[in-house]
Amino acid sequence: MADKRKYVIPGDVITSGPFRPEQNVVLEGNNIIATAVGISEIYEDSVKVIPLTGKYIPKINDLVIGKVISHTSLSWELDVNSCYVGFLPAQDVFGRDFSTHADELSSKLKTGDLVAARIANFDRTRDPLVTISDRDLGKIDDGILVKISPSKVPRLIGKKGSMIQMIEMATNAAVTIGQNGWVVISCETDEGLLKAKKAVEMVNEKAHIANLTDLIKDMLDGKDES
Amino acid sequence: MGGRDATMVLLDENGIRCDGRKIDEPRRIMIKAGGLKNADGSAYIEFGDNKILVGVFGPRDVHPKHMSDTDTGILRVRYHMEPFSVGERKRPAPSRREIEISKVIKEALEPAVMLEKFPRTAVDVFIEVLQADGGTRCAALTAASVALADAGIPMRDMVAAIASGKVADTIILDVNNEEDQAGQADMPVGYMPSLKKITLLQLDGVLTPEEYKKCVDVGVKGCEVVYELQKKALHDKYFGNKGD
Repeated sequence: MADKRKYVIPGDVITSGPFRPEQNVVLEGNNIIATAVGISEIYEDSVKVIPLTGKYIPKINDLVIGKVISHTSLSWELDVNSCYVGFLPAQDVFGRDFSTHADELSSKLKTGDLVAARIANFDRTRDPLVTISDRDLGKIDDGILVKISPSKVPRLIGKKGSMIQMIEMATNAAVTIGQNGWVVISCETDEGLLKAKKAVEMVNEKAHIANLTDLIKDMLDGKDES
Repeated sequence: MGGRDATMVLLDENGIRCDGRKIDEPRRIMIKAGGLKNADGSAYIEFGDNKILVGVFGPRDVHPKHMSDTDTGILRVRYHMEPFSVGERKRPAPSRREIEISKVIKEALEPAVMLEKFPRTAVDVFIEVLQADGGTRCAALTAASVALADAGIPMRDMVAAIASGKVADTIILDVNNEEDQAGQADMPVGYMPSLKKITLLQLDGVLTPEEYKKCVDVGVKGCEVVYELQKKALHDKYFGNKGD
């Protein structure tokens, strides 16, 4: 499917012809041009570039890890490692009968708390609206935060989750990956926690290496024996 | 900056310039992408004796807030020369010249950067000239474009830049400090190589229409050489110089 993979930088012509431009490409005349440093992939009818660098741009339905930076009487603001702040309305937590008099926002989420959230709505006119009222979402009580580059999140997940499953199996840790490049790792043993952290950091540093899966596997296994 | 030396031969009878280059030969150029940990993107360029470091932040929140634009992101560029970058200590405060170059570089980058993707944000480009030897605006623009690509800011194309000029009635490529001071014309050209569009064109001096056309052509050709080096710098950092 994605047979024609190429390393591209902004301005490189990937192909020309009747293709649909997707992520990080633009149509200029008849040519499809890359707009980011990355790897281009040509599918049957579309072209995209997987970026190797760049900030996180919110997308609807993305799972993100956010950090509460402040709150007003009506909403929280979350740092989601993007150029925009996540907007979490109080109704999302307290329900429809939320009242500014009866409910105190800091009783549920304090500044500095980590939350797993989903981008509920985002368009270019407003800051992204996030929600935590869903299964698996909400305040994160334990675990450590590891920050990686958002462009390397797909590599950490791997094909159909292969990479992350391997790390979780080998270390017995629970890893929550936010699309924004923030990863929370929690584990019952300190040893597993450190190992999982090391694996995640290794993916971040060596994302461009082809046989990364084997490398990580060796690292995880090597530690098991010693 | 260097004083005028009336006795200096800018171009000898063999077509060799004061620093030993041929008329269409650029200086030695070295570009490195990345290098600054705290900036979102960075680049370092050595362009002959010019040494310039560029750091890019963003897209990020705009401060002061009133500068933000709800339709598009904004680009802010600061070109600054270090006090030790020239022969005699330069006062560190932004001079008229630096403010102008900041504006010129900003306008040369704007056609390439897709700011409309990030409304209400700013992209900040900080250019520090560590050592200057003529043609810093071109070198700075070249490096800024690499730093923006390194920061992952969407761009329609890279911007490469080099100066062409006229010395001893001959059109030359890549004007150095002496040629700039004593030469007849200096024309910095910024160019988007894939889109084949010029984003920066200044001219200091007098040229005939024919010379003007030739000067632009020489500049554009030079930009294509610079572009290959920009490409190499990014490939070196991201693909381990495997190339295509």
